[in-house]
Amino acid sequence: MACKDRSNLKPGQNWRRVYEIEGGEWKQESGAWSTLPWSYNLSISCNHCSDPACVSACPTTAMHIDSSGIVLIDSEKCMGCGYCMWACPYEAPRPDPETGKMSKCDMCIDLVKEGKRPACVDSCPMRALDFGTMDQLSARYGDLGEVWPLPSREITAPSIVITAHSKAAGADNKTAIVANREEVEGGKQ
Amino acid sequence: MSSDRLKKVAVSDRRTFVKWSTLISGSLLAGPVLQSCSDPAIGAAESAAAAAAKSPETKIIRTGCPSHNCGGKCLLKLHVTDGVITRIETDDRQGDDISDPQLRACIRGRSYRKRQYHPDRLKYPLKRTGKRGEGQFERISWDEAYDIMHSRITEITDKYGNGAIHLPYGTGSYTNTNGRWPAVRLMNMLGGSLGFYNSYSWACINIATPYMFGTLESGNQRQDWLNSRYILMWGWNPAEMKDGTNSDYFIRKARENGARVVCIDPRLSQSAVALADEWIPIRPGTDTAMMSAMAYVIITEKLTDDDFIRRCCSGYDAATMPDGYKDQESYTDYILGTRDGVPKTAEWAEKITMVPAAVIARLAREYATAGPAVLYQGYGMQRRAYGEQVVRGGASLAAITGNIGINGGWASGLANQKGGGPFWTVFPMGSNPVKQTIPVFLWTEAVVRGTELGPQEGLRGGDSLDTNIKMIWSVASNVLMNQHGNLNRTRKIVEDESLLEFIVVQDNFMTPSARFADLVLPACTQFETWGVEDGWKYGEEVFLTPKAVEPPFETKSDYAICAGLAERFGVWDKYTEGGRTEKDWAAWMIDMNYRRTRFPDMPVFRKLSASNKGVYVKPVTTPAVAFREFRENPEKNPLRTPTGKIELFSGRLFDMNMPDEIPAVAKYITEWESPFGKEAEEFPLQAMGHHYMSRVHSTHDNNIWSMEAFPQRVFINPADAEERGIADGDMVIIRNNRGKIRIPCRITKKMMIMVEIEKALPAGRRSNG
Repeated sequence: MACKDRSNLKPGQNWRRVYEIEGGEWKQESGAWSTLPWSYNLSISCNHCSDPACVSACPTTAMHIDSSGIVLIDSEKCMGCGYCMWACPYEAPRPDPETGKMSKCDMCIDLVKEGKRPACVDSCPMRALDFGTMDQLSARYGDLGEVWPLPSREITAPSIVITAHSKAAGADNKTAIVANREEVEGGKQ
Repeated sequence: MSSDRLKKVAVSDRRTFVKWSTLISGSLLAGPVLQSCSDPAIGAAESAAAAAAKSPETKIIRTGCPSHNCGGKCLLKLHVTDGVITRIETDDRQGDDISDPQLRACIRGRSYRKRQYHPDRLKYPLKRTGKRGEGQFERISWDEAYDIMHSRITEITDKYGNGAIHLPYGTGSYTNTNGRWPAVRLMNMLGGSLGFYNSYSWACINIATPYMFGTLESGNQRQDWLNSRYILMWGWNPAEMKDGTNSDYFIRKARENGARVVCIDPRLSQSAVALADEWIPIRPGTDTAMMSAMAYVIITEKLTDDDFIRRCCSGYDAATMPDGYKDQESYTDYILGTRDGVPKTAEWAEKITMVPAAVIARLAREYATAGPAVLYQGYGMQRRAYGEQVVRGGASLAAITGNIGINGGWASGLANQKGGGPFWTVFPMGSNPVKQTIPVFLWTEAVVRGTELGPQEGLRGGDSLDTNIKMIWSVASNVLMNQHGNLNRTRKIVEDESLLEFIVVQDNFMTPSARFADLVLPACTQFETWGVEDGWKYGEEVFLTPKAVEPPFETKSDYAICAGLAERFGVWDKYTEGGRTEKDWAAWMIDMNYRRTRFPDMPVFRKLSASNKGVYVKPVTTPAVAFREFRENPEKNPLRTPTGKIELFSGRLFDMNMPDEIPAVAKYITEWESPFGKEAEEFPLQAMGHHYMSRVHSTHDNNIWSMEAFPQRVFINPADAEERGIADGDMVIIRNNRGKIRIPCRITKKMMIMVEIEKALPAGRRSNG
């Protein structure tokens, strides 16, 4: 919500999304619940990959990596074809419903240039988000870069490290689903 | 819409703003008032936001997040450009130390611009033109509105007396100058009104806690959770509701400190997901059965704190029964089944709760032996039939394990913090000349048959009422047609003009309650006037909420509305104490109240205001522990109960002589309309509503940002859905023998089988309530 407010995003234009993952099953033994489902949340925006699929897919070079490593869209060049959205395995680029052009997390580049942290990081009531260079983050949190349902980090080399929820670490992918597709897919075409 | 028009709106020229607003009202009055009038206000705000992002003239104003009774109290940092709020950030104070952590706002506060600049904001006073409840209104002037208020209040008090006027419960706004308090102050000056006691939120826990402890101050300061080894979050979901800002964060820190956290809830809530090591689903309404079975295990396996029980508890067993009740059924008698023949074993509870007996027994052992342990009770469980039992059941477990009066323990019950909770209201309302008060929930009864009500139904301050309620003045409340139970019956009562002769609703939006009003008065939001608020249940903070932007159109603060009416009654000077503005009152509340009572070190208003800090916080470095002195020396520091001890058995409850409904020890009583009754044949599912991220009661229900993130859905387990042929996203009808609602469904394993959760209060739409 800090992201929506900072960038004046429209409904459906969700640069940061919280995926609610659920899995497992309900099993009864003589009337009581012996086996239970589980759930974890995954807060994801653009991962500003080192090898971003959106940049390679963009036919106009609007999508680019700037000198600091942040993946940005030059909206002068963007023609709204949406290839980046299809190419990105993290569902990060989303169209602006008014202009039809693509939009995505810009890492709050204005705040970062002022030496501040992105809006999402300073907003989290659970202090679950952090920001820094990959070296700093790996030193603090290790280098896990994928949990279900994220793709292998080999594909795009995302700039993200994750402290896995206890349920995510051993997630049974066979039963896991994204439970709030309606919310996270808003605006995705 | 043209960009020229947007620019006009964004400038602070009052005349242009009003002119633009007149255009809107034209389109609004052409159809039913409830229709949306497109979105120029939002467009204007967004355009200004875009323009303002780089504007050097942006002012930063730190303020309290508007009080709607979510349970938290957070700090907001408003960016204001050309009189429009263009961005909302949260607490950025350096340090974020555990003694004074940042007061970070949740999505409700962060999405506030979509409420503040919602096109459906009430703009002018409105008078009903069609039938009551039909939604037909016409715009009138404030002059006419005051004339109507003055003449109707005069007529009704002349004819029936002041007891015929009722200002219902409502927490849609409570920054002292905004909310129902100014109206109560005015009515008290005009001869009073029929008051109420207790609340919709805490009806049972408010009453039951003092029967155990003689006080509502049964909580340690929350930083003390870091001293706990084991935390049972029982029906408690601070991550979504915010039961005190940072309660979820403190639990996280306690867990990092080594506490094991277990969450008991029919739903895999966000608290269970993000804070707990283990989640235990339980059948709604059966918590006291599980508590009783845990007590059985603790007692029979001798895991009790016998020294604490002997010194500090009354009514545990025959040896500790109070004088005059020696032969009655003690707590242990009930748990072991010595009188009723039913030992409350884990196997007994398994059949009722659907929690495996082995899990109940393990939790009992863990809770009793892990070290200092917290059993924190949420409030949902006590908003049900026999809700007093679950409150006393939880507190009884804390008592028999000696988890009271120590660091890392928790007595349960309402648990306002030791040393004083918040004041909530410091605005002086005077005393009410009408001495009778009714239980908060019985206002419909007082409308229909007030003169028949008596003390046996909870009437206080007299043996009877002189009159039924004939007029309702509802301020910042959506109780009338939203929060109250059995709305179909309530509607019949509220729309009957022979029962209620006059209804006035004062709010930000055309709520369901406002739709049933004869007169609607447009109140401004808390960003548009001065106010003061403190930290909900824990109260270590006092927020100053300055007027950040002007009230739009013809809206006014609740205080200003009442001051205008006071003028008609010739009491303006007395009411305003010689002309105090909202800002003057804010200064008075800080300098003459908070600084003279709980916070002598707080800066004076002038300094606090000039500092633009928005909040004064008293850091908690050594958390206070409730009942510490009592535990150390119960003879010297007795509780304010008849025995001076913690009353597992209450002689006062025994004397009520209603053992089946109000037992003297905490008992599991099967609810009416339970899954075990005959109603379950026709209605096999249980439905429950929980507090939800996108809204506070019905406030924010029209906020497109928060509702997008957490849309309104009924949760239903896949097994229950499959049995009924329901697919995810289907529009479903939930019905019982009182009515039905239509709502889209979300099929999710997070919901227990045989239970649906509607993420809403029954009719919850658009309000300030």
